[in-house]
Amino acid sequence: MKTIEIGRFSDLAQALSTAGYRVAAPVDDGGVVRFKEWTKGREIALGAVPVDSVKDFLFPRSEVVARFALEEAGAFTPVPVERFAPKTVALGVRPCDAAALAALDAVFNWDYRDGSYNARRAATTVVSLACAKADAHCFCISVGGAPDGTAGADAILRPADGGSKLVFEALSDKGRLLEAMVSDGQAVPDAPAALKKRFDPAAVGRWLAANFESPFWKEAALACLGCGACAYACPVCHCFDLQDESDRKECRRLRNWDSCGFGLFTLHASGHNPRPDQSARWRQRVMHKFSIYPQKFKTLACTGCGRCARLCQAGMAIAETCERIEALGR
Amino acid sequence: MNDDLYKPFLLRIETARDEAPDVRTFRLKFADEGERVEFFRRYRVGMFGLYGVPGEGESTFCVASPPTREGYIECTFRKVGRVTQALQDLEVGQALTFRGPYGSHFPIDSWKGRDLLFIAGGIALPPMRSVIWNILDRRAEFGKVTVVYGARTTADLVYKHELAEWAARPDMTLVTTVDPGGQTPDWKGKVGFVPVVLKELNPAAKNCVAVLCGPPIMIKLTLPVLSALGFSPKDIYTTLENRMKCGVGKCGRCNVGGVYVCKDGPVFTLDELSRLPAGDM
Repeated sequence: MKTIEIGRFSDLAQALSTAGYRVAAPVDDGGVVRFKEWTKGREIALGAVPVDSVKDFLFPRSEVVARFALEEAGAFTPVPVERFAPKTVALGVRPCDAAALAALDAVFNWDYRDGSYNARRAATTVVSLACAKADAHCFCISVGGAPDGTAGADAILRPADGGSKLVFEALSDKGRLLEAMVSDGQAVPDAPAALKKRFDPAAVGRWLAANFESPFWKEAALACLGCGACAYACPVCHCFDLQDESDRKECRRLRNWDSCGFGLFTLHASGHNPRPDQSARWRQRVMHKFSIYPQKFKTLACTGCGRCARLCQAGMAIAETCERIEALGR
Repeated sequence: MNDDLYKPFLLRIETARDEAPDVRTFRLKFADEGERVEFFRRYRVGMFGLYGVPGEGESTFCVASPPTREGYIECTFRKVGRVTQALQDLEVGQALTFRGPYGSHFPIDSWKGRDLLFIAGGIALPPMRSVIWNILDRRAEFGKVTVVYGARTTADLVYKHELAEWAARPDMTLVTTVDPGGQTPDWKGKVGFVPVVLKELNPAAKNCVAVLCGPPIMIKLTLPVLSALGFSPKDIYTTLENRMKCGVGKCGRCNVGGVYVCKDGPVFTLDELSRLPAGDM
């Protein structure tokens, strides 16, 4: 059995760093736990769900996708863009965030394959951390996941001996490459967090497929401010914008995260907007996650991490919306 | 396949022509021969591209020339926003960026032997013009060809020189019309809205495919006329245009219900459209 003392967890990060990996982990960032690149001396915060997820390392919030040298009188020359895909180990990824990778893999590879995403995905080893605790916003169990789920992970760390140790278990060849960096030991794994199933996503999907037009949407979206925080924190949301940014000498064409919650998202140049109000946008968000995505890719676009609800300043929660939808369908 | 999805081709403007107020046509040459060959290997009528100006961004519109003319592509577009303004400011000899061709196409091979009725309004002729020329370049394979084209005023009619060419051809029928009040003293075409003119024309629906593109109000009022003439929803084709960024089914904004306009569209039959949520269009 491979075990790590919780107090020596940074040693593993250090060993990986020494071995040439970029290490990503939940770190305390001025009182907020974020999933960020780990640097020597930085404390790894395994206790809290970070506000962002491993998605940031595969699909960065801003990425140069094309580059042009600007010349005289509107002339320009394309400049090759180097692909950024360093060998990375993502440490302490929550099972819900690892499970989200299947949904990201699907959209970035249907028909047109996204090379930069795939390069980073191939270069990344995902080491999950099973959850011994869950909060009121967690609902992985309702969307096919589990606090100790292994989907999308190359290895998993399970809390043990009352939280004083972690048991390391490799799940793939990439994960087995890390085994040598963890010492042998003995520990008794702790029970994973206990969660109750709150709704049945299949029942939600059935109601959604038949209720694009429903008074429910108007009322359900009343509180939404359209701030987009839910999409930015979501481990599955992948909508993006392409924007040019330039100075006198160079133009960078950027892929930036975007959100279906924003009013400008679908606005036509003519002034027409297919989703003119927040209720249409909230409907799109729920439909995409629980109806469109499962129909297209046979996977939900929600893994129950609860981040959107934790962040929402208006108190909106997608799990609660799903519970209400399931009740409507009864 | 190239997996560098947002890396564009370069196209150079060979000729530029003003069609109507704020509407301009470019004939574009490929900077790279390999990219030209690759484009025409994949291009079918109805597909679209993303045309860009570095520093301003990309804009989505159709390819207006047919795949039967392999030396260049043409596009016709109206100046409506920042990118289309920047594109229209370009001059002959200058380059723009292009990604495509993307999306579904008009299944013209399945129309062989059938009559074809094209109905277009205003700036919606360009997406149909590629189909019409494709058909005319393969004229013997199809039955009767009829084009009904309307605009608000005579000035707003695009491709005026080609309309004259089509009017003179014995192997097709062209009916042009402008909205009442939009005619000039020397206007020889009809005066009246497209649905009314179509009703008067009374085309036979038997063994005929209709292609309909235009502003939403024109579509809305023309569909009942086509139905009354006996056209089946499976034989009426149109295109949807939604805001797009990627063109390849990833950026998440062009879907109507579960259908992605960039990949499942832009070409749809009325039958297909009737199954989509109208509240998402």
